[in-house]
Amino acid sequence: MKDRYANRKYILMALVIVAAAILIIRLFYIQIVDKTYRVSAANNALRSITQYPARGLIYDRNGKLIVYNQAAYDLLVIPIQTSAFDTARFNSILGITIGDFRGRMKAAVKYSRRAPSVFMKMISSETYGTLQEELYKFPGFYVQARTLRKYTAPVGAHLLGYVGEVDDKLLARNKYYRSGDYIGTSGIEKTYEEQLRGRKGVNILLVDVHNNIKGSYADGRFDTTAIPGTNLWSTIDLDLQEYGEKLMLNKTGSIVAIEPSTGEILALVSSPSYDPSLLVGRIRSDNFARLQADTVKPLFDRALMASYPPGSTFKIMNGLIGLQEGVIYPSTLFGCSNGYHAGPITVGCHTHSSPNDLPHAVSMSCNAWFCNAFRRTLENPKYASVGESFDHWRDYLVACGFGNKLGIDLPNELSGFIPARSYYDRYYGKDRWKALTVISLAIGQGEIGATPLQMANMATVIANRGSFYIPHVIKKIGNDGAPAPLYTQKYITGISPQNFEPLVEGMEGAVNGGPGSTARGAKLDSIIICGKTGTAQNPHGKDHSIFVAFAPKDNPQIAIAVYVENAGFGSTFAAPIASLLIEKYLTDNIKRKYLEDYVLKLVIKPDAKE
Amino acid sequence: MQKNSNILSRLDWVTVMLWAVMMIMGWLNIYAAVYNENHTSIFDLSQRYGKQLLWIVAAVVLAVFVIVTDNKLYFFFAWFIYGFFILLLLLVLVVGNEINGAKAWFEIGPFSIQPSEFAKFGTGLALASFLNARRQASGFKVMAPATAIIMGPVMLIALQPDMGSVVTYFAFFIVLFREGMSLYVFISAVLAVVLFLLTLIFGTVPMALGIIAVSFIILIVVSGFPTMLKAMMVMTVTGGVSFLLGHYLLDVGTDIVIVIAVVMAGAVYGWYTYWHKLKNPAIIYAFLLCGILYLFTVNYAFHEILKPHQQDRINIMMGLDSDPYGEGYNLNQSLISIGSGGFSGKGYLNGTQTKFKFVPEQSTDFIFCTVGEEWGFLGSALVIGLFVWLLLRLLILAERQRTPFIRAYGYSVFALFLVHFFVNIGMTIGVMPVIGIPLPFFSYGGSSLWGFTILLFVFVRLDAGRTEYLG
Repeated sequence: MKDRYANRKYILMALVIVAAAILIIRLFYIQIVDKTYRVSAANNALRSITQYPARGLIYDRNGKLIVYNQAAYDLLVIPIQTSAFDTARFNSILGITIGDFRGRMKAAVKYSRRAPSVFMKMISSETYGTLQEELYKFPGFYVQARTLRKYTAPVGAHLLGYVGEVDDKLLARNKYYRSGDYIGTSGIEKTYEEQLRGRKGVNILLVDVHNNIKGSYADGRFDTTAIPGTNLWSTIDLDLQEYGEKLMLNKTGSIVAIEPSTGEILALVSSPSYDPSLLVGRIRSDNFARLQADTVKPLFDRALMASYPPGSTFKIMNGLIGLQEGVIYPSTLFGCSNGYHAGPITVGCHTHSSPNDLPHAVSMSCNAWFCNAFRRTLENPKYASVGESFDHWRDYLVACGFGNKLGIDLPNELSGFIPARSYYDRYYGKDRWKALTVISLAIGQGEIGATPLQMANMATVIANRGSFYIPHVIKKIGNDGAPAPLYTQKYITGISPQNFEPLVEGMEGAVNGGPGSTARGAKLDSIIICGKTGTAQNPHGKDHSIFVAFAPKDNPQIAIAVYVENAGFGSTFAAPIASLLIEKYLTDNIKRKYLEDYVLKLVIKPDAKE
Repeated sequence: MQKNSNILSRLDWVTVMLWAVMMIMGWLNIYAAVYNENHTSIFDLSQRYGKQLLWIVAAVVLAVFVIVTDNKLYFFFAWFIYGFFILLLLLVLVVGNEINGAKAWFEIGPFSIQPSEFAKFGTGLALASFLNARRQASGFKVMAPATAIIMGPVMLIALQPDMGSVVTYFAFFIVLFREGMSLYVFISAVLAVVLFLLTLIFGTVPMALGIIAVSFIILIVVSGFPTMLKAMMVMTVTGGVSFLLGHYLLDVGTDIVIVIAVVMAGAVYGWYTYWHKLKNPAIIYAFLLCGILYLFTVNYAFHEILKPHQQDRINIMMGLDSDPYGEGYNLNQSLISIGSGGFSGKGYLNGTQTKFKFVPEQSTDFIFCTVGEEWGFLGSALVIGLFVWLLLRLLILAERQRTPFIRAYGYSVFALFLVHFFVNIGMTIGVMPVIGIPLPFFSYGGSSLWGFTILLFVFVRLDAGRTEYLG
């Protein structure tokens, strides 16, 4: 056997030597030549101090500060570095008992004698001040600075969200966070966590046995500076938000107000609410448990996480679709004899003049008119079957933001529910159902579910005569920033602008019109408000009161949806609230004090719980 | 009986001793690395150090089994063993457990087995068997199938995905090198890696211009100034056209402009050189084209195929990024541990960094940190010395074989140990990017310990029977 390549073994031998040499030289360099790695004197220890940067601030649309930071301090201990000290003095500075002290030390020792653990979280600045002066007496203890949130006004709890500690599941998935780090857990704090948190820095220090800092390890080579969080400018008008929360006190429900030309949310109220400062710092876990146990569910954001049948406010959509499909005209007349009667089906209606055209049907909220219109839409001869017309009907709704999440920059948004053809096919059998089977959809009852956000978005679509931007709560990320790209895109619904006019006229009539109009209480003298009342049936108790509106009629500046739960007719409760908010936003002044008083005094207890 | 005692006397006891010493040192080191004050006994089975002793005992039993087995069995069953592990690698993709993002483990009761650790042994045997059978032939006809034998398991492992193990399989090419693979393959590979790293530092466009410049210089040297001038004229014209096209008509980046320019130059120049039968310029142009295309493939592969954390690790090794809380964290902590060890270390069980649980994976991939911190430069050099001794010993054993089968297998063992040794220790000191592979005999874990023991002892057994005829 000839072995032509035998000499290659020398190359491989050399390879081994070279590899080993590279390693040895590098080791020699970092272990011997480079003095900075040394931990110096035998008894020095390394201490890693995390630099937590200031979390990004949040401003309102006019530049008013809403959320900022306050300093907090965690007290850490490394048990093996402690030696006998005056525990009485120590406990007195911290304000703890000897039993408490022993318990905490035991926990720290159990965790590790040599690794640092948190002895006490979030000590106040005063305590920190006193402690810092005498810290040399307590070797093994040191302080790490943190930031906690502080609010300029006790409002916006749901939309701002709160900051909590990272949980284990996230720790496993994301390497940036260490145990004990804070992270935005809900609201804006959560959606914009990456921008708000900045980047942690680290200082590695050399510390001697007397708890004195001797300097930076390795001349600070392993240190990094913290990068502060990015500031955010919210779309919210803080004054409007405060006013909305004030009006909704003692009531359950929500308010969503949007600027139609941009999709910027001016106010997002969910009631009952709570002071966001309750969930900051040491009191957070206790308060959170209390809030969670409260039967009225104050932590629940009703504007986004609750889906209701929209009731009469939905008639506007059916009107628009009917016009667009050409099965009805603004002048189409339908009669109403205290209701809609078709064969075995009766849909009741309140007493009002008859017959009516479309704008008057809107102002008077006539059920019969819309039942007729809906039936014509589904029995459209242009399509092969009711099922096919239904698909098209649904498509219009989806284009207007119903049935799917809109994509607001807040977590936990519900998508609502618009039944599809397949839904009824499954229940009744394929194509074995007709317009009359699902007639309740005509007046916004039945299986439809919409969130207050989606209803406010609908008001926006009407205000804009057929288009919208996805509603969002942050308009500027960073000093030179812009909103996230998703929110700069205009969505065209495909319903022609001229089809909106009769409905706008009807909504104007509802507020400003003569007898029969359902929301006269909301009328403003100087500005034309266009609105639609609604009453959502509630099988568990009193009906919910709904009102959607926009103002002024031409070149609208605000679109709004107000929900008041368990309050009966929409005109009595939701409409005045919407009207006051519109007045506040557009004129910055409330002239109708009597109305404001009435609303503020209103207490609506939630009926039939669970 | 006669045969048994014969075997014992023919075993290479140097290797066996090195193996035992490393296992014991590894075990003591794991004790220091994950020392738990509440479980101070090194035999405590609830802790990793107690468990490692179990694995060591099992490894000894395995070693004995391997020695007792007739060496002809390894020869005859080479392909079966290889096939068996290919099956296991397929199976683990289906029913395996996902740990750390890779479906690489079988969990049977309280035990976890990683087939890719054992598949190396099967691949080594199959490769050796193949090269042995084709010992008279050489060149592409032999090397291509041999490469396929290696790439089979590699692709299955890449599907898990376990890129660390994939990297170690490239060690098998060292076997092919020794058995006659063309030197040019290896030179090109080295060149490719160097080009890749340089591109990371300097960027695609500067590198492309650099390659073009170098090509022209070579052209002057080889074919003379006039030829180069002509080539340069062609290039300038196509460059200009391509620039106009790219910038104004198509609106693409500078890098695409360069590619178009070079390709067009090739079209013109290729025709010209073919017509005039100029061989050298044509070859140089071919290299230029390949170089430019390689640059862009590499750029694409790095950004689109490698995952972000893998890109980060390479960037950190090159010093282009530091990422102290993400990928750079392991490296920083490792450097601090090892660097602070100084000349003679902090002493056994006195490592503050490892005690503080600062170094992640300190009982597995980063086990060398404990050596560096507690035993200092002396200890680190000692461990490296042991590995060098083992590696050179393996080389000597491999070279004294008369049967190509045993020699090729021996080189597999050598190559795998070399790669694990260099990559693992290298990554703890920043010479290699962080690639999660164990340090043989030191890292905690049954699979890796047994995998290496079997790998090593099959060679020891084959070597002991080197005077017998195999095939």
